[in-house]
Amino acid sequence: MSDTDVDPETVRHVADLARVDVAEADVDRFTEQFADILAHFDALDEVPAVEAEPDLTNVMRPDEVRESLAQDEALRNAPETEDGKFKGPRVS
Amino acid sequence: MPRIEAEDETAEDLNAFVTRERIDGADDGPLAGRTVAVKDNLSTDGVRTTCGSEMLADYVPPYDATVVERVLEAGATIPGKTNMDEFGMGTTTETSAFGPTENPVAPGHVPGGSSGGSAAAVAAGEADLALGTDTGGSIRCPAAFCGVVGIKPTYGLVSRYGLVAYANSLEQVGPIAPTVEAAAELLEVIAGPDERDATTREHGADADYADAADGDVDGLTVGVPTELVEGADDGVRAVFEDALDDLRDQGAETVEVSLPSAEYAVAAYYVIAMSEASSNLARYDGVRYGVSGGYDGDWNDAFARAREEGFGEEVTRRILLGTYALSAGYHDKYYEQAQDARAWVRQDFDEALESADVLASPTMPVPPFERGESLDDPLTMYLADANTVPVNLADLPAISVPAGEADGLPVGLQFVGPAFGERTLVRAGSALA
Repeated sequence: MSDTDVDPETVRHVADLARVDVAEADVDRFTEQFADILAHFDALDEVPAVEAEPDLTNVMRPDEVRESLAQDEALRNAPETEDGKFKGPRVS
Repeated sequence: MPRIEAEDETAEDLNAFVTRERIDGADDGPLAGRTVAVKDNLSTDGVRTTCGSEMLADYVPPYDATVVERVLEAGATIPGKTNMDEFGMGTTTETSAFGPTENPVAPGHVPGGSSGGSAAAVAAGEADLALGTDTGGSIRCPAAFCGVVGIKPTYGLVSRYGLVAYANSLEQVGPIAPTVEAAAELLEVIAGPDERDATTREHGADADYADAADGDVDGLTVGVPTELVEGADDGVRAVFEDALDDLRDQGAETVEVSLPSAEYAVAAYYVIAMSEASSNLARYDGVRYGVSGGYDGDWNDAFARAREEGFGEEVTRRILLGTYALSAGYHDKYYEQAQDARAWVRQDFDEALESADVLASPTMPVPPFERGESLDDPLTMYLADANTVPVNLADLPAISVPAGEADGLPVGLQFVGPAFGERTLVRAGSALA
């Protein structure tokens, strides 16, 4: 078993953080699966420190105006638009 | 093109394509007269691109991915968009919202994943060639399971502009083809720098890969990592050993090498991939694109409901686990340690490749699963990626070539090479297929 406790409350909390609803019927199954998967991940505790040379550097380019999508193209896939803008859920 | 008209009911039965819509390429070019099926997470201007997800069932990109542009400029015809595990998350192509794909060479079994539609289309002759994407084995696994060739290029060789992101630090676009030479020809077309993907390098700009498919392995040193062979099924192992004999008969030398970090690779890979996915998939809010429940009220509640509707179970599982691995109190334990493991895997490969030109292992430790076999047990499915994920963690290139059959089911052999060593992989692979 994992040394990380996973209970249904953990699954509900993470679902809330991730902004994905999880049906109550799925919470128990996820709890069980997460415990198995996280127990496997716990093996990472045994990984030794390795001298890693950072081989990534930021790549910069001048900030120049260039062609981009037209407004109607950018909005084409939005379920709802209004006056050339994205329309989100109404805030109650 | 005659090929398209010749499409028969086989493809319908296989469910290899999510969308059949022909896109014509240039009149001339190295791929003129050939069809290239495109995985449905690569953007096609005006042709819907679903990522195998309900969330993007109606998404129509306003531009082409760079690789799509390049295959069209090279004269290829795109016959359609191929089925895949939802957002690339799976090893079987069963998590697609558009239903599973049949394995044309092993009926009743999965075609592998996540680029299962691409591999099945090529294996069935429904496309001459195909593009797939490989985050942790998603080109090599289906190539192995369908008895075709797949190449996962070095990180930075092929542009990802227009690829719908799953785990950016790991994924590459690559070719699937019936032969090593054909795969190398498609790689030549798509490789090379792109100013719209800052991770691309100058390598591959004028690369010749196909002419390396001469099968000449005389004097080649092939390292065999014991850790990637020991865990394989007996049948798979027997086919692999026969292939090594074949290579030795052709003048190659085999040596044992060790990758002690390999046993941590699956854990490290899944922590990193899920973490990146949880961030990448945050954009599907049902406002800019994606399904919208039309809900009102608190924004967060509305998003959470729309996302529950749009995402399948495996995607939800990975978003949740990734969110967990990055959350306060767990970031150091999971994400940081996974990065340490990644550095270790890289170092192991560097050392192993000092004593060998290429490394060889079974691509998959198991033959193709029966359909439905692994769906209820995600961890078992993740562990099947043991031999492919280390390569993505190390940013290295790899090729899967057909090596034979175990109990009538296809077995693939994977060669791994040094960064930008694709020519060596093509040469080694062409000695077998």
